[in-house]
Amino acid sequence: MKPGFIALAAATAAAASLAASPAFARDEVKVAGSSTALPYAKIVAEQFQKGNSKFKVIVESGGSGAGINQFCKGVGPEFIDIANSSRPIKPSELEACAAAGVKDVVEVKFGYDGIVFASDVKGPDFKFEPKDWFLALAPEVVVDGKLVANPNTKWNQINPAFPDWEIAAYIPGEKHGTREVFEEKVLGAGCKATGTLAALTAKLGDEKKAEKACLQVRKDDGGKHAVDIDGDYPETLARIDGNKTGIGVFGLFFFENNADKLRVATMGGIKPSQETIASGKYPVSRPLFYYIKKAHVGVIPGLKEYANFFVSDKVIGADGPLVENGLVPLPDAEAKAVRETVDKLTTMGAKS
Amino acid sequence: MTIASTSFNPPASATRADVAAALARRRKFAEWRFKAYGMVAIAISLGALAILFTTIVRNGYPAFVQSSIKLDVFFDPAEIDPSGTQKPEDIRNANYPKLAQAALYKLIGLESSDRKVRRDANQMLSQSVDIQLRDMVMKNPALIGTTQPVWVLARDEIDALLKGSISRDTPEDRRKVNDRQIGWADKLVADGRMVKRFNTGLFVNGASSDAETAGLGVALIGSFFMMATVLLLAVPLGVAAAIYLQELAPKNRFTDLIEVNINNLAAVPSIVFGLLGLAVFINFAGLPRSASLVGGLVLTLMTLPTIIIATRAAVAAVPPSIREAALGVGASRVQTIFHHVLPLAMPGILTGTIIGLAKALGETAPLLMIGMVAFVIDYPTSPLDSATALPVQVYMWATEAERGFIERTAAATLVLLGFMVVMNAVAIVLRQRFMRKW
Repeated sequence: MKPGFIALAAATAAAASLAASPAFARDEVKVAGSSTALPYAKIVAEQFQKGNSKFKVIVESGGSGAGINQFCKGVGPEFIDIANSSRPIKPSELEACAAAGVKDVVEVKFGYDGIVFASDVKGPDFKFEPKDWFLALAPEVVVDGKLVANPNTKWNQINPAFPDWEIAAYIPGEKHGTREVFEEKVLGAGCKATGTLAALTAKLGDEKKAEKACLQVRKDDGGKHAVDIDGDYPETLARIDGNKTGIGVFGLFFFENNADKLRVATMGGIKPSQETIASGKYPVSRPLFYYIKKAHVGVIPGLKEYANFFVSDKVIGADGPLVENGLVPLPDAEAKAVRETVDKLTTMGAKS
Repeated sequence: MTIASTSFNPPASATRADVAAALARRRKFAEWRFKAYGMVAIAISLGALAILFTTIVRNGYPAFVQSSIKLDVFFDPAEIDPSGTQKPEDIRNANYPKLAQAALYKLIGLESSDRKVRRDANQMLSQSVDIQLRDMVMKNPALIGTTQPVWVLARDEIDALLKGSISRDTPEDRRKVNDRQIGWADKLVADGRMVKRFNTGLFVNGASSDAETAGLGVALIGSFFMMATVLLLAVPLGVAAAIYLQELAPKNRFTDLIEVNINNLAAVPSIVFGLLGLAVFINFAGLPRSASLVGGLVLTLMTLPTIIIATRAAVAAVPPSIREAALGVGASRVQTIFHHVLPLAMPGILTGTIIGLAKALGETAPLLMIGMVAFVIDYPTSPLDSATALPVQVYMWATEAERGFIERTAAATLVLLGFMVVMNAVAIVLRQRFMRKW
């Protein structure tokens, strides 16, 4: 019993002294951020590591905001090197970055992602316009020129062509980058199209406030019409499995993998596909980014190589693995410019 | 009850007997009812457990086998070694998928040079063939110029088709596998060229975005490192603290306060320990994110109260007469503790420790905060390398879009449950073997 205890105590002391020595040199590239960009970052990391077995890449998820927040904590091996994001970095976040010493940030747009609206595969086809979603989900809408609490409880009240289904929309929760795109491209557009924006501006006396009010989502009837999904798309799919008359918001890639369970709706008359999103015809899409901490280039082995590999034609090009997995590729000219940005590490401020 | 029902002399008034009998009946009925409640409660919980297990097992068992295709690969010297000198760079950068594809075309009798048709055929093979064939040649360059039978993995969609999770009844435009590929797959199966083999990759591979090559390897190593850290830190610290508090500490307000706080600590939600770990171990001490050492330290903090409480209970259960006897023959207090109390309390301590470890093994929440939800491809070689853990791997696979990951999620859950069952069984066996009754 006794020698065992002494060995244990020695090991404890060793571990404790290990814990006390700070700031390890690091030989892994660390990436964190958007869960939408995660599948792509994972594929790139895997392929990159297969080709260059001397480098290691660790990819974490957590959401665009969380990734950028970690990225902006400072310079040094204990902070991440690349933040993935499904939206452009905000000026306030750049300021926070600069305040922590992260002054040189390289912004890289690597492709587009489409957001699709889908219902159970056995249901009818939907042809949506942004205003339909606004009328379904807004807390207040204009009826006969007056702003009233949203009276719509069934889809066929919005458009007689829709089925007699109770409105139950499963939309991404507030922490998702997808939510922002949904608000801006669907609710905001619908708000304007229905004239609610004008009515709200008149009521609130300020267009900025009215625009913000447009993006609110109804909470009446116990919140059963608009349900926030804080988890990932499999959760949304499970909800639609449980409620066959629900309509969910998905990423294009997730839908393509589950096309045998889901029926996708058109938006603005356009069916979402890689082609319609790349050309910009399909209205609800967003660019995907990653941000490089320039101060880490040359310090963390493999960082520059990873960044270059990511934007190379064999990765993000039309025949590359990312496109095969649902990424909508950049147009050729844009891809070329991006490659140059990464190669020269042109920082955000230095852009012409 | 027995007195009322077994009286020899019936009481004078019949009404009193009736009342007593009615009372007895009622009490008997109450007893029966209470038993029934208990049985219903047990039935409900067993039913829930049965549903849980059957769902997990039904979803998970297919993942333990994986469809593989037996290809006769010709290691073409023109492709691998054009210079004839076996230069390492040539061997490293050769187009191995092309070799595998050529072998596949032969098997399925594909002669068309239509790019689209060839692409469909290529997509039946896992992307891992590249590395697999490359490693074969790099290990044994003598293979160049020969034809070898090689088992390669099929793409996860083909695997899902064979396992039935992609249905053939779905119209082609909604299916991930087209009719042409189904035809080929059926032919390969009929020829005995494609069979489901035991999926060793599930236990040894690291993270992958392709379902067929994703495995628990990194998670198992990460969990092992974390459990080792917990065992090395939490057990000595916990046992020492418990023995001091139980045997040596003076009874005063201060030790009472400590005791109350240890009990409170045991009830703190685990995510709080994650936040603490992030603040102390990563931001303050500068330990690397995602490292299994940090995970182990956080889980140590979480397990410590459990071990202290279990150890104290075990030590308190040792009869005082043992201590008094030892002290009476002149042993010091430390001798009493180490020679008599601790050995007798050992089964209880071990049980508490193993249950604490099992709880730590299944913990996910605190690991989210310290970056262990990560995509790690290579094995960690030390506790300072980035790693994941078993429950985290379950969580990560559950959010994937591909069909192949659904069964893997359930399979990983089964592996985790397997470890739990084994650990709990060990705890029970130890208790049965070493327990002494007084």
